[in-house]
Amino acid sequence: MSAYSLRGLNWFNALAANAAEVSGLPASVKAADGTLGDRPARFLAVVADPDNRFPRAQNGEVGLLEGWGLAQAVDGAIELDQDSDHKRALIAIIDVPSQAYGRREEALGIHQALAGAVDAYARARLAGHPVIGLLVGKAMSGAFLAHGYQANRLIALRDPGVMVHAMGKASAARVTLRSVEELEKLAASVPPMAYDIDSYASLGLLWETLSVSQIEQPTASDLTLVQDCLIAAIKDTLAGGNDLSSRLGAPNRAASSKVRELLRAQW
Amino acid sequence: MTDSTRLLRQHSFVELGARQRARALLDDGSFRELIDPFERLVSPWLAKQGVVPQADDGVVIAKGTIEGKPVVICAIEGGFQGGSMGEVGGAKMAGALELAAEDNRKGIPTAAVLLLETGGVRLQEANLGLAAIADIHAAIVDLRRYQPVIGVVAGSVGCFGGMSIAAALCSYLVVTQEARLGLNGPQVIEQEAGIEEYDSRDRPFIWSLTGGEQRFASGLVDAFVADDINAIQQQVHALLHKGKPAQERSSRYAWFLERLSQVDTARQIEPAAVRSAYEGDRT
Repeated sequence: MSAYSLRGLNWFNALAANAAEVSGLPASVKAADGTLGDRPARFLAVVADPDNRFPRAQNGEVGLLEGWGLAQAVDGAIELDQDSDHKRALIAIIDVPSQAYGRREEALGIHQALAGAVDAYARARLAGHPVIGLLVGKAMSGAFLAHGYQANRLIALRDPGVMVHAMGKASAARVTLRSVEELEKLAASVPPMAYDIDSYASLGLLWETLSVSQIEQPTASDLTLVQDCLIAAIKDTLAGGNDLSSRLGAPNRAASSKVRELLRAQW
Repeated sequence: MTDSTRLLRQHSFVELGARQRARALLDDGSFRELIDPFERLVSPWLAKQGVVPQADDGVVIAKGTIEGKPVVICAIEGGFQGGSMGEVGGAKMAGALELAAEDNRKGIPTAAVLLLETGGVRLQEANLGLAAIADIHAAIVDLRRYQPVIGVVAGSVGCFGGMSIAAALCSYLVVTQEARLGLNGPQVIEQEAGIEEYDSRDRPFIWSLTGGEQRFASGLVDAFVADDINAIQQQVHALLHKGKPAQERSSRYAWFLERLSQVDTARQIEPAAVRSAYEGDRT
């Protein structure tokens, strides 16, 4: 068992098996051009680089190089397809334990680096690239905002290791002045505070959830299942708009719709 | 001018609440609040956890004009739950920016000013706060294609978490000496990385890395102004006049990657090293 997750890398290798790897990126940012069904697609992942020059970003965290590197990988696709009517899909494979926490990161503006990634993904979506996020592991906080949360559609695999949250449990307990036990108790009755994927799904933010047989290292049938779902998500995206409105509508996110309704009426 | 007359003429912006700040920046008499506190649209999640909600959920949305031009101001109340973004407050900001972009598509040139005092996601509403912040990011990138989106971090809360990414997406950023801007709050870095890496009680150390003056000297913000209503007003007017930048800071990955490749990461970093790494950024 390695100190860091290999899920993102394994799913990247499986989905991009026959794809051409994009060169010139930081070692922790993987990108490759392949196909999904009959459509071109660029697969993207942030993976652990134990030799990362930034010591606080060696376990797959999204740090300075990863934020700006994702920006480069995504913007490259926008430029390549600038004059094309068939923009390649962007598939963000998400297994990111956190953003990088460190002195170098804050000093050199990690917030700006993560904004670089958000900027590129959002521009790609607005330019007409279908952007799909595939959650295969952790999708935490700033790391998820930078890699995946700008997607038109989000798909999550059902597994206890797939989780979305704003902060790790120990830090969240410290900041809210609670014990970890109290935090867990509250999370059980307040869906947006929970760490599990079913509670997250109840917020309406996921387009689909899938069960696979081997999440760490996908089998051939796991791969086919996920590819079919990605193809369907791309099709659904192309039939809709290029904003994030498809995430609204769940009863557990009713206030988000109510606010928009009132704003429009009073605008 | 002597120091005392200067002080008497100065009116602090930092000491104003969110509503007063929005009013101070808009043309006289043009302030109109949307979903005001009398609507009582409160957080559906706080009371369940024994936290008293606030009638505006800590976010003020005001429409009005600046020098006659249509503007929407989204102002965060740093005094309520640390300016944290919950479902309602987050949706107010995202929804307002979405409507401003829609205005532009209909030929109405609405610009936006964001007054950011926030620790980021409200942890009591964790995943709904995070989702709202993703919506805010999306809306900023959409709107700034048409009009400048100006972020102001005056202090004293500063701007952290996912909202620091929102700040970094703005067309322009204005800060004061009181401001701090960074992704991770000091306590969380200390919790995750240890006190050797980041001492959350060492305030001079924290300001030297993430304070407004350092961010300006490093080219990570566009303007450094005194904590004075007039000074901030004038700066916002000047940036609105300037229109959209040729290229947004958040789109400059090639430049930043090149600069980061020059940084010596074998030893711990000092504020001066950041300034010299990003030197020459100001255009």
